[in-house]
Amino acid sequence: MNLRMAVIRKFVFLFVICTMEQLTLHKLSLVSFKNYAQADVTFSPRFNCITGNNGEGKTNLLDAIHYLSFTKSYFNPIDSQNIFHDAPLFVIQGEFKIGEKEEEVFCAQKKSERKQFKLNKKEYTRFAEHIGLFPVVMASPSDIELILEGSEMRRKFTDSIISQYDRQYLEDIIAYTKVLLQRNAQLKQFSKKGIFDMESLRIWDVQLIELGNKIYNKRKEFSAELEPIFQKYYELISGGKEKVEIVYQSQLIKDDFEALLNESLEKDRVMEYSTVGIHKDDWEFRMENFPVKKFASQGQQKSYLLAIKLAQFEFIKQYRQIIPILMLDDIHDKLDEHRVKHLIELVSRKEFGQVFITDTSKEKIQKLFKGIDAEIKIFKVKDGMITE
Amino acid sequence: MNFSSKHIEDVINEFAKLPGVGRKTAIRYLLHVLKQDDKETETFAAALINMKKELKHCSVCHNISDKEICNICSNHNRDKTVLCVVEDIRDVMAIESTQQYRGVYHVLGGIISPLDGIGPADLNIESLVKRISEGEIKEVIMAFSTTMEGDTTNFYLYKRLKEFNITVSTIARGISIGDELEYADEITLGRSITNRIPYENVLPIR
Repeated sequence: MNLRMAVIRKFVFLFVICTMEQLTLHKLSLVSFKNYAQADVTFSPRFNCITGNNGEGKTNLLDAIHYLSFTKSYFNPIDSQNIFHDAPLFVIQGEFKIGEKEEEVFCAQKKSERKQFKLNKKEYTRFAEHIGLFPVVMASPSDIELILEGSEMRRKFTDSIISQYDRQYLEDIIAYTKVLLQRNAQLKQFSKKGIFDMESLRIWDVQLIELGNKIYNKRKEFSAELEPIFQKYYELISGGKEKVEIVYQSQLIKDDFEALLNESLEKDRVMEYSTVGIHKDDWEFRMENFPVKKFASQGQQKSYLLAIKLAQFEFIKQYRQIIPILMLDDIHDKLDEHRVKHLIELVSRKEFGQVFITDTSKEKIQKLFKGIDAEIKIFKVKDGMITE
Repeated sequence: MNFSSKHIEDVINEFAKLPGVGRKTAIRYLLHVLKQDDKETETFAAALINMKKELKHCSVCHNISDKEICNICSNHNRDKTVLCVVEDIRDVMAIESTQQYRGVYHVLGGIISPLDGIGPADLNIESLVKRISEGEIKEVIMAFSTTMEGDTTNFYLYKRLKEFNITVSTIARGISIGDELEYADEITLGRSITNRIPYENVLPIR
């Protein structure tokens, strides 16, 4: 089985080399977006460094690109709050290239109206159709939530990666959530009415088991594939200093889902909700066998997150056969000079395509790119104005 | 809003309780009623009251009826060996209007959905099992919406009816008639391929 997988992977890999196309954002125009009254920028197909002081709008520029890829902000889920003070609407326009093919993406949000999203002047009816067409991977200081927050964040993150290449997975997750809600409601009803009837619970269990097993297998497969890619990137960033692993944790590892449900029946009835299932899954981030959350330094945590994001990058690249755009917000955030240097060397390899980097200092960026042979454009942002 | 009459306010409030009717529509209805002859209004009100007072549920199939046993159950031309189980009376009306079905019905009064507070015990399932155990019924057709709740109800009934020597079927699911394939969603199209049917069954083309 493993051998077969390896052979298949090799074929996929060869195939990918032949047809891989790069996604580039050639031009970006903004009107009244966040702190930009108006802006027109032409980017380099390789490195674009955006420099400027705090609060000048470096990250907002990256967020505009995020909008064009995901139809929404990376930071603020309320679209109307991203409109420049007192302006009636914002407009983001991007001219992309996938390989040689030119594509135009348009996004406009009027105050108190539905967001408009167009590809090559044709409006979308469902935004979901757009997501995934122009893949972008963003690494930002706020990613730290993935380590510090509860397991839901990590499930969401994994689910979003798997659904990008497996549509059925997303459908299964949605169905599982619905069945779970019904089962929990049934458990509440039992205790409210003071009755119990196994058959009424059984009809939900059957569906929960089928969907749960499917999701579990896909998550297990994904975690196994992620591990080596993640480790490779962590080693490259850190210079091979620490041993890291991501451990998939699921109650389903210990026992069959059906057996688990039977075992926990009494407990479920007391708690009035389902205490076992893949909705309790988690991924433990470890370093030298200890949890990263408690025992790693801030710089190590940051390196960890970057390695995860780069692994995500590679996943999308393999499955979509497009080299995504990579955005590194605040590149010096918490990392020492060595690690930043490693990171820049890494992303300047030819496996990577267009890269956006933000930093406060132009001098630091120039120093960083010394000796790196790639096209670099450095922009300066001051109070919502961009100059090259 | 301030009205010059308490009665008018009452009527508006009552109209506004109807599904799909807001205050503005309620006022339109009120103005219409105001313009009507007294006679007409009386007929309208009487129809409502009589319906509530006189209406019965068929003791056999739980369909609405004027008599103890509904027109469908008491009709000698209907095939009493085929039984169609539906969610509510709207579905009876829908299937009746197809004029394709000559069997009888059983109205469950809902589908299983604990989120809406409906469990198997809240539905007319015991009377269904009793009807089938009497032995005249040869086939049960389950006709529910193709939602998760509908499918769950299908599954529950199937388990309950397994012990009887009858055919349990469910309405076909797949591409709607007159639809273009390219516009069908993937799940429906996938199911239609998996559950394909012999061509003889669709002949003759109507």
